Amino acid sequence: MAEAAAVAGESLGGGRARAARTVLGQVVLPGEELLLPEQEDADGPGGAGEQPLRLNAGARSRVRVVCGPGLRRCGDRLLVTKCGRLRHKEPSSGSGGGVYWVDSQQKRYVPVKGDHVIGIVTAKSGDTFKVDVGGSEPASLSYLAFEGATKRNRPNVQVGDLIYGQFVVANKDMEPEMVCIDSCGRANGMGVIGQDGLLFKVTLGLIRKLLAPDCEILQEVGKLYPLEIVFGMNGRIWVKAKTIQQTLILANILEACEHMTTEQRKQIFSRLAES
Amino acid sequence: VEGAMQTDAKIRTAGGTEPGPQGPGCSLRHFACEQNLLSRPDGSASFLQGVAEKSRERLIRNTCEAVVLGTLHPRTSITIVLQVVSDAGSLLACCLNAACIALVDAGVPMRALFCGVTCALDSDGTLVLDPTAKQEKEARAVLTFALDSVDQKLLMSTTKGLYSDAELQQCLAAAQAASQHVFRFYRESLQRRYSKS
Repeated sequence: MAEAAAVAGESLGGGRARAARTVLGQVVLPGEELLLPEQEDADGPGGAGEQPLRLNAGARSRVRVVCGPGLRRCGDRLLVTKCGRLRHKEPSSGSGGGVYWVDSQQKRYVPVKGDHVIGIVTAKSGDTFKVDVGGSEPASLSYLAFEGATKRNRPNVQVGDLIYGQFVVANKDMEPEMVCIDSCGRANGMGVIGQDGLLFKVTLGLIRKLLAPDCEILQEVGKLYPLEIVFGMNGRIWVKAKTIQQTLILANILEACEHMTTEQRKQIFSRLAES
Repeated sequence: VEGAMQTDAKIRTAGGTEPGPQGPGCSLRHFACEQNLLSRPDGSASFLQGVAEKSRERLIRNTCEAVVLGTLHPRTSITIVLQVVSDAGSLLACCLNAACIALVDAGVPMRALFCGVTCALDSDGTLVLDPTAKQEKEARAVLTFALDSVDQKLLMSTTKGLYSDAELQQCLAAAQAASQHVFRFYRESLQRRYSKS
Protein backbone atom coordinates (compact mmCIF):
# COMPACT_ATOMS: atom_id res chain seq x y z
CA MET A 1 0.00 0.00 0.00
CA ALA A 2 1.61 3.24 -1.02
CA GLU A 3 2.00 5.75 1.75
CA ALA A 4 0.52 9.19 1.53
CA ALA A 5 3.73 11.17 1.33
CA ALA A 6 7.29 10.12 0.87
CA VAL A 7 9.65 10.70 3.75
CA ALA A 8 12.48 12.00 1.56
CA GLY A 9 12.52 15.68 0.81
CA GLU A 10 14.40 18.58 2.16
CA SER A 11 11.59 20.77 3.42
CA LEU A 12 10.45 20.22 6.95
CA GLY A 13 6.82 19.67 6.19
CA GLY A 14 5.72 22.17 3.65
CA GLY A 15 2.14 21.24 4.35
CA ARG A 16 2.71 17.57 3.60
CA ALA A 17 1.71 15.28 6.42
CA ARG A 18 3.51 11.99 6.86
CA ALA A 19 2.03 8.74 8.03
CA ALA A 20 2.75 8.21 11.72
CA ARG A 21 3.77 4.62 11.11
CA THR A 22 6.60 5.57 8.77
CA VAL A 23 8.09 7.99 11.28
CA LEU A 24 8.19 5.73 14.33
CA GLY A 25 11.53 5.90 16.10
CA GLN A 26 12.67 8.93 14.10
CA VAL A 27 13.24 12.43 15.36
CA VAL A 28 10.22 14.65 14.74
CA LEU A 29 10.19 18.44 14.99
CA PRO A 30 7.48 20.85 16.15
CA GLY A 31 5.11 21.78 13.39
CA GLU A 32 5.04 18.43 11.64
CA GLU A 33 1.70 16.81 11.03
CA LEU A 34 1.17 13.09 11.26
CA LEU A 35 -1.51 11.00 9.64
CA LEU A 36 -3.10 8.20 11.60
CA PRO A 37 -3.29 4.75 10.05
CA GLU A 38 -6.99 5.07 9.33
CA GLN A 39 -6.46 8.10 7.12
CA GLU A 40 -3.81 6.65 4.88
CA ASP A 41 -6.42 4.76 2.91
CA ALA A 42 -8.27 7.97 2.13
CA ASP A 43 -5.24 9.86 0.86
CA GLY A 44 -4.27 6.95 -1.34
CA PRO A 45 -2.21 6.82 -4.49
CA GLY A 46 -4.89 8.68 -6.39
CA GLY A 47 -4.09 11.77 -4.36
CA ALA A 48 -5.58 15.19 -4.92
CA GLY A 49 -8.78 14.30 -3.09
CA GLU A 50 -9.79 11.30 -5.16
CA GLN A 51 -11.36 8.69 -2.98
CA PRO A 52 -12.95 5.39 -3.85
CA LEU A 53 -16.70 5.66 -3.64
CA ARG A 54 -17.99 3.93 -0.53
CA LEU A 55 -21.08 1.83 -1.07
CA ASN A 56 -21.97 1.44 2.58
CA ALA A 57 -23.42 4.55 4.10
CA GLY A 58 -22.32 3.55 7.55
CA ALA A 59 -19.50 5.36 9.34
CA ARG A 60 -15.97 4.23 8.68
CA SER A 61 -14.53 2.06 11.39
CA ARG A 62 -12.85 4.55 13.68
CA VAL A 63 -9.68 3.69 15.50
CA ARG A 64 -9.32 5.43 18.83
CA VAL A 65 -5.75 6.60 19.27
CA VAL A 66 -4.44 8.17 22.46
CA CYS A 67 -2.41 11.33 21.96
CA GLY A 68 0.47 11.36 24.46
CA PRO A 69 3.00 14.01 25.51
CA GLY A 70 4.39 16.10 22.72
CA LEU A 71 1.41 15.62 20.40
CA ARG A 72 -1.80 17.54 19.96
CA ARG A 73 -4.90 16.77 17.97
CA CYS A 74 -5.24 19.13 15.04
CA GLY A 75 -8.36 18.37 13.05
CA ASP A 76 -8.07 14.66 12.42
CA ARG A 77 -4.29 14.70 12.36
CA LEU A 78 -1.64 14.83 15.04
CA LEU A 79 0.47 17.97 15.38
CA VAL A 80 3.92 17.52 16.89
CA THR A 81 4.64 20.17 19.53
CA LYS A 82 7.97 18.96 20.97
CA CYS A 83 11.17 17.67 19.44
CA GLY A 84 12.01 14.03 20.10
CA ARG A 85 11.59 10.47 18.89
CA LEU A 86 8.12 9.32 17.98
CA ARG A 87 7.01 6.21 19.89
CA HIS A 88 3.99 3.98 19.70
CA LYS A 89 2.57 1.37 22.00
CA GLU A 90 0.04 -1.17 20.86
CA PRO A 91 -3.07 -1.44 23.01
CA SER A 92 -2.97 -4.31 25.45
CA SER A 93 -6.68 -5.06 25.38
CA GLY A 94 -7.20 -5.25 21.63
CA SER A 95 -9.50 -2.32 20.91
CA GLY A 96 -8.23 1.12 20.06
CA GLY A 97 -5.20 2.18 18.11
CA GLY A 98 -2.72 2.42 20.96
CA VAL A 99 -0.78 5.41 22.21
CA TYR A 100 1.51 7.71 20.27
CA TRP A 101 3.90 10.02 22.06
CA VAL A 102 7.13 11.96 21.59
CA ASP A 103 10.11 10.92 23.71
CA SER A 104 11.82 14.24 24.37
CA GLN A 105 14.79 15.24 26.52
CA GLN A 106 13.79 17.91 28.93
CA LYS A 107 14.96 19.26 32.27
CA ARG A 108 11.84 21.12 33.28
CA TYR A 109 9.04 19.12 34.91
CA VAL A 110 5.34 19.77 34.32
CA PRO A 111 3.05 18.08 36.90
CA VAL A 112 1.03 15.18 35.57
CA LYS A 113 -1.71 13.35 37.45
CA GLY A 114 -0.56 10.02 38.81
CA ASP A 115 3.17 10.76 38.70
CA HIS A 116 5.24 9.86 41.75
CA VAL A 117 7.55 12.75 42.64
CA ILE A 118 9.98 13.85 45.30
CA GLY A 119 9.08 17.22 46.78
CA ILE A 120 10.64 19.53 49.34
CA VAL A 121 8.33 21.02 51.97
CA THR A 122 8.64 24.80 51.79
CA ALA A 123 5.82 26.03 54.01
CA LYS A 124 3.17 24.91 56.45
CA SER A 125 -0.04 26.88 56.19
CA GLY A 126 -2.88 25.72 58.40
CA ASP A 127 -3.84 22.22 57.38
CA THR A 128 -1.77 21.94 54.23
CA PHE A 129 1.88 21.89 53.34
CA LYS A 130 3.31 23.65 50.32
CA VAL A 131 5.70 21.33 48.53
CA ASP A 132 8.17 22.38 45.84
CA VAL A 133 8.10 19.78 43.06
CA GLY A 134 10.06 21.65 40.42
CA GLY A 135 7.06 22.88 38.47
CA SER A 136 5.81 26.41 38.04
CA GLU A 137 3.76 26.33 41.26
CA PRO A 138 4.28 24.55 44.58
CA ALA A 139 1.93 21.62 45.14
CA SER A 140 -0.34 21.44 48.14
CA LEU A 141 -0.33 18.41 50.46
CA SER A 142 -2.94 17.98 53.14
CA TYR A 143 -1.80 16.67 56.53
CA LEU A 144 -4.55 14.05 56.38
CA ALA A 145 -3.06 12.53 53.23
CA PHE A 146 -0.64 10.31 55.15
CA GLU A 147 -1.20 6.76 56.29
CA GLY A 148 -2.81 6.64 59.70
CA ALA A 149 -3.18 10.41 59.97
CA THR A 150 -6.17 11.83 61.80
CA LYS A 151 -6.99 15.26 63.13
CA ARG A 152 -5.51 14.27 66.49
CA ASN A 153 -2.64 12.21 65.12
CA ARG A 154 -0.75 14.59 62.85
CA PRO A 155 2.19 13.43 60.76
CA ASN A 156 5.63 14.64 61.78
CA VAL A 157 6.54 16.80 58.79
CA GLN A 158 8.79 19.85 59.07
CA VAL A 159 9.77 22.52 56.58
CA GLY A 160 12.71 21.22 54.57
CA ASP A 161 11.69 17.56 54.71
CA LEU A 162 11.67 15.42 51.58
CA ILE A 163 8.34 13.90 50.61
CA TYR A 164 7.66 11.11 48.13
CA GLY A 165 4.08 11.28 46.92
CA GLN A 166 1.86 11.23 43.87
CA PHE A 167 -0.36 13.81 42.21
CA VAL A 168 -4.11 13.51 42.46
CA VAL A 169 -4.82 16.83 40.76
CA ALA A 170 -2.45 18.16 38.15
CA ASN A 171 -3.66 20.22 35.24
CA LYS A 172 -2.76 23.56 33.76
CA ASP A 173 -5.68 25.40 35.33
CA MET A 174 -5.41 24.41 38.98
CA GLU A 175 -2.78 24.29 41.66
CA PRO A 176 -1.34 20.75 41.78
CA GLU A 177 -2.30 18.59 44.77
CA MET A 178 -0.38 15.60 45.99
CA VAL A 179 -0.97 12.85 48.53
CA CYS A 180 1.16 10.25 50.28
CA ILE A 181 -1.39 7.44 50.27
CA ASP A 182 -2.76 5.35 47.47
CA SER A 183 -6.44 4.85 46.70
CA CYS A 184 -6.73 2.16 49.39
CA GLY A 185 -5.36 4.41 52.11
CA ARG A 186 -1.98 2.63 52.38
CA ALA A 187 1.34 4.43 52.19
CA ASN A 188 2.88 2.00 49.70
CA GLY A 189 6.35 3.48 50.09
CA MET A 190 5.23 7.10 50.01
CA GLY A 191 5.61 9.64 52.79
CA VAL A 192 8.50 11.44 54.41
CA ILE A 193 11.91 10.30 53.21
CA GLY A 194 14.30 9.51 56.04
CA GLN A 195 17.33 11.33 57.34
CA ASP A 196 20.66 11.68 55.54
CA GLY A 197 21.15 10.68 51.97
CA LEU A 198 21.60 13.01 49.01
CA LEU A 199 19.04 14.58 46.70
CA PHE A 200 20.19 15.58 43.22
CA LYS A 201 18.63 16.52 39.95
CA VAL A 202 18.86 14.81 36.56
CA THR A 203 16.98 15.16 33.28
CA LEU A 204 13.53 13.67 32.92
CA GLY A 205 14.64 11.38 30.12
CA LEU A 206 17.25 9.75 32.35
CA ILE A 207 14.65 9.01 35.03
CA ARG A 208 12.41 7.34 32.50
CA LYS A 209 15.36 5.33 31.21
CA LEU A 210 16.32 4.20 34.71
CA LEU A 211 12.76 3.24 35.57
CA ALA A 212 12.26 1.21 32.41
CA PRO A 213 11.67 -2.45 33.19
CA ASP A 214 14.75 -3.69 31.34
CA CYS A 215 17.27 -1.21 32.71
CA GLU A 216 20.59 -2.80 33.60
CA ILE A 217 22.10 0.28 35.19
CA LEU A 218 20.10 -0.14 38.36
CA GLN A 219 21.00 -3.81 38.74
CA GLU A 220 24.69 -3.02 38.31
CA VAL A 221 24.50 -0.21 40.84
CA GLY A 222 22.79 -2.51 43.30
CA LYS A 223 25.62 -5.03 43.02
CA LEU A 224 28.17 -2.33 43.75
CA TYR A 225 27.08 -1.11 47.19
CA PRO A 226 23.98 -1.69 49.30
CA LEU A 227 21.86 1.41 48.91
CA GLU A 228 18.45 3.01 49.26
CA ILE A 229 17.23 4.95 46.29
CA VAL A 230 14.08 6.88 45.44
CA PHE A 231 13.29 8.16 41.93
CA GLY A 232 10.96 11.09 41.39
CA MET A 233 9.45 11.62 37.96
CA ASN A 234 10.25 15.31 38.38
CA GLY A 235 13.90 14.61 37.73
CA ARG A 236 14.95 14.21 41.37
CA ILE A 237 16.79 11.20 42.80
CA TRP A 238 17.46 10.56 46.49
CA VAL A 239 20.18 8.09 47.28
CA LYS A 240 21.67 6.81 50.53
CA ALA A 241 24.53 4.39 51.05
CA LYS A 242 26.51 3.32 54.13
CA THR A 243 29.11 6.09 53.95
CA ILE A 244 29.07 9.60 52.53
CA GLN A 245 31.80 8.70 50.05
CA GLN A 246 29.78 5.82 48.61
CA THR A 247 26.72 8.06 48.38
CA LEU A 248 28.65 10.66 46.42
CA ILE A 249 30.10 8.02 44.10
CA LEU A 250 26.63 6.68 43.36
CA ALA A 251 25.29 10.16 42.72
CA ASN A 252 28.11 10.91 40.29
CA ILE A 253 27.59 7.63 38.45
CA LEU A 254 23.88 8.21 38.02
CA GLU A 255 24.39 11.76 36.80
CA ALA A 256 27.04 10.64 34.33
CA CYS A 257 24.96 7.73 33.03
CA GLU A 258 23.19 10.05 30.68
CA HIS A 259 26.26 10.73 28.60
CA MET A 260 28.11 7.44 28.85
CA THR A 261 27.85 4.55 26.47
CA THR A 262 27.33 1.04 27.80
CA GLU A 263 31.02 0.10 27.51
CA GLN A 264 32.23 3.16 29.39
CA ARG A 265 29.75 2.43 32.12
CA LYS A 266 30.84 -1.18 32.48
CA GLN A 267 34.46 -0.04 32.69
CA ILE A 268 33.70 2.38 35.47
CA PHE A 269 31.69 -0.19 37.40
CA SER A 270 34.42 -2.80 37.16
CA ARG A 271 37.02 -0.28 38.30
CA LEU A 272 34.91 0.67 41.30
CA ALA A 273 34.19 -2.93 42.18
CA GLU A 274 37.89 -3.65 42.37
CA SER A 275 38.73 -0.75 44.67
CA VAL B 1 32.24 42.21 40.23
CA GLU B 2 30.55 41.15 37.03
CA GLY B 3 28.83 43.51 34.68
CA ALA B 4 26.14 41.94 32.61
CA MET B 5 25.15 43.83 29.45
CA GLN B 6 21.89 42.55 28.19
CA THR B 7 22.11 44.15 24.77
CA ASP B 8 25.17 44.95 22.74
CA ALA B 9 25.54 48.70 22.84
CA LYS B 10 27.85 48.69 19.82
CA ILE B 11 24.93 48.04 17.50
CA ARG B 12 23.14 51.30 16.87
CA THR B 13 20.03 50.80 14.80
CA ALA B 14 19.46 54.49 14.73
CA GLY B 15 18.59 54.64 11.02
CA GLY B 16 19.01 58.34 10.99
CA THR B 17 16.06 59.09 13.21
CA GLU B 18 17.85 59.73 16.49
CA PRO B 19 20.47 62.45 16.52
CA GLY B 20 23.78 61.37 18.03
CA PRO B 21 26.12 63.64 19.98
CA GLN B 22 26.76 66.58 17.69
CA GLY B 23 28.76 69.49 18.96
CA PRO B 24 28.19 71.40 22.19
CA GLY B 25 24.85 70.94 23.86
CA CYS B 26 24.64 67.41 22.45
CA SER B 27 21.44 65.48 22.79
CA LEU B 28 21.96 61.89 23.86
CA ARG B 29 19.34 59.20 23.56
CA HIS B 30 17.22 57.97 26.40
CA PHE B 31 19.01 55.92 29.11
CA ALA B 32 17.61 53.27 31.43
CA CYS B 33 19.47 51.30 34.02
CA GLU B 34 18.75 48.43 36.37
CA GLN B 35 21.06 47.27 39.12
CA ASN B 36 21.53 44.12 41.15
CA LEU B 37 19.61 41.92 38.72
CA LEU B 38 21.49 38.70 39.33
CA SER B 39 21.69 37.20 42.78
CA ARG B 40 24.89 35.15 42.35
CA PRO B 41 27.57 37.68 41.31
CA ASP B 42 28.62 40.45 43.63
CA GLY B 43 27.15 43.07 41.36
CA SER B 44 25.33 43.25 38.04
CA ALA B 45 23.74 45.92 35.95
CA SER B 46 21.69 46.33 32.82
CA PHE B 47 22.10 49.45 30.75
CA LEU B 48 19.77 50.46 27.99
CA GLN B 49 20.66 53.20 25.52
CA GLY B 50 18.12 54.38 23.04
CA VAL B 51 14.71 53.05 22.32
CA ALA B 52 15.74 50.97 19.30
CA GLU B 53 17.32 48.28 21.47
CA LYS B 54 14.00 47.61 23.18
CA SER B 55 12.31 47.11 19.86
CA ARG B 56 14.62 44.21 19.02
CA GLU B 57 13.46 42.46 22.18
CA ARG B 58 9.87 43.25 21.32
CA LEU B 59 10.29 41.75 17.84
CA ILE B 60 11.75 38.55 19.23
CA ARG B 61 9.06 38.35 21.87
CA ASN B 62 6.24 38.81 19.38
CA THR B 63 7.68 36.12 17.13
CA CYS B 64 7.95 33.66 20.02
CA GLU B 65 4.45 34.47 21.23
CA ALA B 66 3.05 33.62 17.82
CA VAL B 67 4.63 30.19 17.88
CA VAL B 68 4.68 29.03 21.50
CA LEU B 69 1.54 27.27 22.74
CA GLY B 70 1.03 29.56 25.71
CA THR B 71 -2.41 28.16 26.47
CA LEU B 72 -0.77 25.03 27.84
CA HIS B 73 1.01 27.08 30.51
CA PRO B 74 -1.34 29.71 31.91
CA ARG B 75 -0.13 32.00 34.71
CA THR B 76 3.44 31.11 33.79
CA SER B 77 6.15 33.34 32.42
CA ILE B 78 8.64 32.03 29.89
CA THR B 79 11.85 34.06 29.93
CA ILE B 80 14.39 33.98 27.13
CA VAL B 81 17.81 35.44 27.87
CA LEU B 82 20.01 36.16 24.85
CA GLN B 83 23.67 37.05 25.31
CA VAL B 84 25.62 38.34 22.34
CA VAL B 85 28.96 36.56 22.22
CA SER B 86 30.12 38.20 19.00
CA ASP B 87 28.36 40.19 16.31
CA ALA B 88 29.35 39.62 12.70
CA GLY B 89 26.22 41.01 11.06
CA SER B 90 22.64 39.70 10.87
CA LEU B 91 22.35 39.96 14.64
CA LEU B 92 18.55 39.88 14.86
CA ALA B 93 18.32 36.80 12.64
CA CYS B 94 20.91 35.06 14.81
CA CYS B 95 18.97 35.99 17.96
CA LEU B 96 15.79 34.54 16.48
CA ASN B 97 17.52 31.28 15.59
CA ALA B 98 19.05 31.02 19.04
CA ALA B 99 15.71 31.68 20.70
CA CYS B 100 14.01 28.98 18.64
CA ILE B 101 16.57 26.31 19.43
CA ALA B 102 16.57 27.29 23.11
CA LEU B 103 12.80 26.89 23.27
CA VAL B 104 13.06 23.45 21.65
CA ASP B 105 15.82 22.48 24.07
CA ALA B 106 13.71 23.52 27.03
CA GLY B 107 10.77 21.43 25.85
CA VAL B 108 8.38 24.35 25.54
CA PRO B 109 5.48 23.20 23.35
CA MET B 110 5.43 25.02 20.02
CA ARG B 111 3.18 24.89 16.99
CA ALA B 112 6.09 25.30 14.56
CA LEU B 113 9.76 26.19 14.43
CA PHE B 114 10.88 29.61 13.26
CA CYS B 115 14.05 31.13 11.87
CA GLY B 116 15.38 34.56 11.05
CA VAL B 117 16.90 35.59 7.71
CA THR B 118 18.47 38.96 6.89
CA CYS B 119 18.67 40.50 3.40
CA ALA B 120 20.70 43.52 2.40
CA LEU B 121 20.16 45.56 -0.74
CA ASP B 122 23.16 47.54 -1.90
CA SER B 123 23.09 50.62 -4.08
CA ASP B 124 23.04 48.57 -7.32
CA GLY B 125 20.00 46.67 -6.17
CA THR B 126 21.96 43.45 -5.64
CA LEU B 127 20.47 41.22 -3.00
CA VAL B 128 22.82 39.78 -0.38
CA LEU B 129 21.52 37.20 2.06
CA ASP B 130 22.97 36.97 5.57
CA PRO B 131 25.14 40.09 5.19
CA THR B 132 28.25 40.75 7.23
CA ALA B 133 28.44 43.82 9.46
CA LYS B 134 30.33 45.72 6.75
CA GLN B 135 27.76 44.83 4.09
CA GLU B 136 24.94 45.89 6.42
CA LYS B 137 26.54 49.26 7.03
CA GLU B 138 27.07 49.96 3.33
CA ALA B 139 23.70 48.65 2.20
CA ARG B 140 20.91 50.91 1.06
CA ALA B 141 18.33 48.74 2.85
CA VAL B 142 18.46 45.90 5.38
CA LEU B 143 15.44 43.66 5.80
CA THR B 144 15.05 40.95 8.44
CA PHE B 145 12.29 38.35 8.27
CA ALA B 146 11.13 35.65 10.68
CA LEU B 147 9.60 32.66 8.89
CA ASP B 148 7.87 29.61 10.28
CA SER B 149 8.73 26.05 9.38
CA VAL B 150 5.35 24.74 8.26
CA ASP B 151 4.61 26.87 5.19
CA GLN B 152 7.47 29.40 5.35
CA LYS B 153 4.85 31.95 6.39
CA LEU B 154 6.03 35.38 7.40
CA LEU B 155 5.86 35.84 11.18
CA MET B 156 7.74 39.10 11.59
CA SER B 157 9.54 41.59 9.40
CA THR B 158 11.62 44.61 10.26
CA THR B 159 13.21 46.79 7.67
CA LYS B 160 15.50 49.79 7.54
CA GLY B 161 16.33 51.89 4.50
CA LEU B 162 14.88 52.52 1.04
CA TYR B 163 13.51 49.79 -1.19
CA SER B 164 10.76 49.35 -3.72
CA ASP B 165 7.76 47.10 -3.47
CA ALA B 166 9.17 44.69 -6.04
CA GLU B 167 12.44 44.51 -4.15
CA LEU B 168 10.55 43.67 -0.97
CA GLN B 169 8.85 40.74 -2.69
CA GLN B 170 12.15 39.62 -4.13
CA CYS B 171 13.83 39.71 -0.73
CA LEU B 172 10.95 37.84 0.87
CA ALA B 173 11.13 35.10 -1.76
CA ALA B 174 14.87 34.80 -1.31
CA ALA B 175 14.45 34.64 2.46
CA GLN B 176 11.86 31.91 2.15
CA ALA B 177 14.21 29.85 0.01
CA ALA B 178 17.06 30.46 2.45
CA SER B 179 14.94 29.43 5.42
CA GLN B 180 14.83 25.90 4.03
CA HIS B 181 18.57 25.67 4.58
CA VAL B 182 18.21 26.90 8.13
CA PHE B 183 15.47 24.40 8.90
CA ARG B 184 17.52 21.61 7.39
CA PHE B 185 20.36 22.59 9.70
CA TYR B 186 17.97 22.57 12.67
CA ARG B 187 16.85 19.08 11.74
CA GLU B 188 20.38 17.78 11.39
CA SER B 189 21.60 19.22 14.66
CA LEU B 190 18.55 18.00 16.58
CA GLN B 191 18.92 14.56 15.07
CA ARG B 192 22.54 14.52 16.09
CA ARG B 193 21.55 15.37 19.63
CA TYR B 194 19.04 12.56 19.84
CA SER B 195 21.32 10.05 18.19
CA LYS B 196 23.71 10.23 21.12
CA SER B 197 21.19 8.82 23.59
